Parts: sequence; structure tokens; C-alpha cells
Amino acid sequence: MSALLTVDDLEVHFTARSFTGRKRVIRAVDGVSLEVAEHEALGIIGESGCGKTTTGRAIVQLEPATGGSMHYRGKDVTHLTGSARRAFNAHVQFVFQDPMSSLNPRMTVADIVAEPLRAYGRWNGRAGRDRVSELLDLVGLPPEFGSRYPHQFSGGQRQRIGIARALALEPEMLVLDEPVSALDVSVQAQVLNLLMSLREAQGLTYVMISHDLDVIRHVTDRVAVMYLGVVVETGPADEVLDDPVHPYTAALVSATPPSSPDEKRARIRLQGELPSASNIPSGCRFRTRCWRADEICATVVPPLSPKGDGNRAAACHHPLDLAAPRLREGIATP
Amino acid sequence: MTVTEPVLSLQSVNLELKTPDGYVRILRDVTFDVAPGEIVGVVGESGSGKSMTALTVMRLLPPKARVQAARIGFDGDDLATTSPRALRRVRGKRIGMVFQDPMTSLDPVIQVGRQIDEAYRIHHPGVGRAEARAQTVRMLELVGVPDAANRARQYPHQWSGGMRQRAVIAMALVNDPKLILADEPTTALDATIQAQVLDALARARDELGVAVVLITHDLGVIAQFASRVIVMYAGGVVEVATTRELFEDSRHPYSAALIQSRPGAHRRGEPLVAIPGRPPLMTDLPEGCPFAPRCASPYKSAVCVTDRPELERSVDGRLSACHFRDHHQEVVA
Repeated sequence: MSALLTVDDLEVHFTARSFTGRKRVIRAVDGVSLEVAEHEALGIIGESGCGKTTTGRAIVQLEPATGGSMHYRGKDVTHLTGSARRAFNAHVQFVFQDPMSSLNPRMTVADIVAEPLRAYGRWNGRAGRDRVSELLDLVGLPPEFGSRYPHQFSGGQRQRIGIARALALEPEMLVLDEPVSALDVSVQAQVLNLLMSLREAQGLTYVMISHDLDVIRHVTDRVAVMYLGVVVETGPADEVLDDPVHPYTAALVSATPPSSPDEKRARIRLQGELPSASNIPSGCRFRTRCWRADEICATVVPPLSPKGDGNRAAACHHPLDLAAPRLREGIATP
Repeated sequence: MTVTEPVLSLQSVNLELKTPDGYVRILRDVTFDVAPGEIVGVVGESGSGKSMTALTVMRLLPPKARVQAARIGFDGDDLATTSPRALRRVRGKRIGMVFQDPMTSLDPVIQVGRQIDEAYRIHHPGVGRAEARAQTVRMLELVGVPDAANRARQYPHQWSGGMRQRAVIAMALVNDPKLILADEPTTALDATIQAQVLDALARARDELGVAVVLITHDLGVIAQFASRVIVMYAGGVVEVATTRELFEDSRHPYSAALIQSRPGAHRRGEPLVAIPGRPPLMTDLPEGCPFAPRCASPYKSAVCVTDRPELERSVDGRLSACHFRDHHQEVVA
């Protein structure tokens, strides 16, 4: 498995100045390492404030990395500027969460989808128009919608427009930030189906960021679970979500509402709240809410180390037993 | 169904709101009951009328709204005919409300505890500060706020989102209401916090016997916390069922499709059963069944396009607003 994208110890720190002039460093992403293989779909899950969106934005150069490195097809892409950045972004595109604020309300849909082509000098009249029609068709919108404006579309359709724009330059990888969380349930399924079929048809690689474990389980191959700026567990999506090793993953899975009234789930109720990213606990970041924490957790940072057959890794001094009873039962996995 | 008298009973509730283009019908013959101490879920997509139903019960409506209802029975009264003055003694006292965003219910410049004290004292004129505070602390403890007596003296910005929502629930409970209307109470919260807050609501039901109408778009929350479900679509109730019935044997194509469209209902990577199209605009409702343009039922026929089906019982006693309510038994296996 050759890695298309490798992220090593990525840091994205922000400096905030409080009202009294005091400086605080917010460690939004604080040492994240990831590997994404070609044609793979990697899910990044975690709660708000865990750094998952910032990680995704850093990958596409929307946030500058303050530490660590990123490599794409073996080339260093940590700090790109000018033409190198443009070339990179033609391969790696971003799909935003909110399809309303990410589409210019004064541009027609055709102009929105054509914008990347124009910006990259790949626009040439008739062929360009054909390409726009083709892109709209690809995401399931009739090409005649091109002359309309974003406000004339529903949320699901707007998200399709955002996806069409992201596909305009024929990228290899899409970073999708909560692509369906702003959509109604019945429309979510349409967009997820589109994403799955596009990946298949275009041979795309996905990094999908979501707080919705069911969405991630359904669409992605592997997951990385983030907590307070670090990855606490990785592995194949179904294994991690069915049989978590890290107590935080277990708590996250158990807190997710079941998919039917019959589904029985171990109930782990975490105490307390997510600590601030400007005041990160010593040792294991999760220890302040963990029921398994002891002295070592307060002093030694647990490294992300292999678990099980080596496909999986977790950063925990007291990981859960892989052979423990399954947290999720009654799921249709024949 | 319920042997006891329902605490809330909506019968043919209709609502019209004034828009620049004239009146638009938002709710159409909404009918359902809530039994004492029951947690009833109301599900539907945005614009289906689930929030407006709660606001109509409380009559917290925009100016010039027109409500027409056969009856909005609550605890022996008919709220459809209650005077605005008398309604003020219902809101916040006999019916509590919890909204999605706790900051819209809390005043940022007043201590959290004071706001709850105030909610209690306004409905208990003879009660002193100390007694009100004791009640406030009791309620904060019930919903799981640690160190309640001290935290009551803090301001909302010193509380996290999950704690603020607990404060709002405590405020809704402080007058020992018969009913709580909770409108997307955990939608703004993270999964681990959502579970804590919903547990708090369930505990309030267990200990105080309060009935809860839980409005949500999240079927997982319904599966976990509600015993019965009202499914709304385009301003009307399309199905009423126990949670188990709804998930296993739905009698309306919309509810069945909603359950099928969740990723959790499928094997990994399989195409999801998506509902094509989108909900109709309330200004432009189709003539017949509002779901007909998106309906994939094999029974769909001409009558669906011409006649609007009413919420009626099937031969085996299930409530569904589908012309083919008796046929879905086999389909939705």
C-alpha cells in the first residue's frame, strides 16, 4: 500500500490575544500523523474542538502548519506557495461543510463550477462549457441548472454544486469537511450515494471529516479518532467502531444513538467536558475524563502504538481488551 | 391506546402564518396525544412543522398567526380557547420548554441560579429567595450539575454548552410541570455531551413523572429515548406509532424511507435508500398526498395525486396518513 499522502507530527497552533492583552497559544492540531493510501477513504472523527477540521484545512493549505511535515506522492507539501501550491491544489480539493456560505451568491452555478478552470487557465469557450455541463451531470444536476443562482437550490443540491466545483480540475483527492451534516436525513443519503459512486467511478481518494460515526462507518475504509489535537486511535473503520481499543473511542461509540430500539449498547458516560486547547492536560490528554486513568496517565504521554494484528493503533496506557464483548450488537454484518 | 387521560391532546390543529405573499398554511390537522409521564418523539425534516407544533401549543407565535384547532387539550384545559392572560400561567409553569440553543434561553448578564430562581418565584409569589434557591439547587442536582449550589452563582459564559442546556432543563422543571416541550435540545451538542443531557431529561421523567415531547430530526435519539413517535411531513402528521413499530414495521412510505435512508441501516459501502427530490414548499403543496412526488411505494396510484390521505387507523389499528396504509404491512418487512 503506497501512501498518497503522509502527515507527520503536524502541528497547527494559533495565537490568540485575550481582551487583557495576554497571549494564549491554542494547540488546535498538536502532533497528528496520518497516512492515506491511493484510492482509500480515510475518515477523521471526533467531537467539536478536537482539531479534525483544522487538520483537513491544513492538508489543503488553508491553514499554515506550524510544525511537522506533509508529503504528497513523496514530495514535501508542508509549506507551499505560489505555483507549487496551485499545482498541489489541482490534485487535492476541499469540499466545505456549509453549502450556502461556500458558494458565491452572485455567481451562477455554471460560473461557480467553471471558476477553478478559469483560475487555472484551463477555460476555453465551448469545451469549457461542455466540461461544466459534464460536471453538473456527474453530480446529478441537469446541465440547464447552470444558469441559476445558489439561492434557487436546496441544501442537498448546493452540496452537489460544491462537489462539482471540487471535481472541476480532476483532482486525485478530496478533503470533505462534514459534507452531509448540514443536510436533512432524507437528502444526506442522496449525497452519500453520490460520494460513494464518484469515488468508484473517478478513482478518488477521500479524507472525510465527520462527527457522525454511522456516516464514517458507511463510507470510509479506515478511521482516525481525534481528541484534543491528537490522533488517539486508528484502524479499519468497522473494526475500530465495533471494537474500540481506546477508552475515548469506546465512549464516543457508546454515546452515539443506536440505529434501532433493539440495539443494546454498553453505556459509557464520560464525566466532564473537553478541556481547552490552550490548556491541555499533562500526560494523556484524555485522562481528565477517563475512567481507567491512573498516575502514569498524568505524567507520561502515551504514544500511538500498534494493537491487535498491526492494522490498528491506539495511544493509551490502559487500552481496552480487543476480545472484550462487542459494544455494538444487532448491526447487520452478515 | 392509553388508558389514562392524555396530558396533551392535539385535535386538528391548523396554523397559518402571514408572509409577504399572504397567509401560508404551516400546520394541517395535526392530531396526537401524549400520555402522562411519556416520552414522545416528534420527527421530521426541517420545515415539516415539528417546531411550529410546539410553538402553537404554547401560543408563542409571530404576530398575525392564525390558529384553528378543534382542541388543544392540556391537563383539563383547552389551550385553543384559553385567554393570553391565563396562558401565561401555563407557559413555564405547567408546561416547560427547552430550545435548541441554550444561550437563547439564558440571559448572559444574570447568574444562572438567579434566572432559575426567577422562573420559580414568578409562579410562586409568596416564596422567599432562600426557598427558591433551594428548589433551584434541587433541580440542578437532578439534571446532573455538579457542585450545584456554587455553580448557581456563576454566569452562563462560565458554563459549557452541555451544562447550560442542563440549566435550561432545570429551569423548565423548576415549577413541577406536567409536560416539557423539548425542541432539538441536543442538536447543538457533541455526541458524548448529548448523551449526558438526554439522560438528564430521562431522569427528570423518571423522578418527577413529567411527560416529554422530544422534537428531533435524529432517529437514533428517538430509538433510544422515546416510547412513541409522531412522524411529520409537510405540516401534517403522517404516522403515529410506538418506537418499535416504527422501526420494524412502519405503515407510511415516508417513515419507512426515512428509516431506510440512515447509513446505520445498511451494510458498509452499499448504496443507501435515498428519498429522491426534496420536501415540498408549504407555499406550493401538491394537490394530493404531499409525499406523493417522492414516494417509491409500489402501491402509489392516481388517488395519491388527487386526494390527500387523512391520518386514519389501518385494519390492525395503526395510524397512518397513506391511502395504502393497509398494504404496507408486507412491503416494509
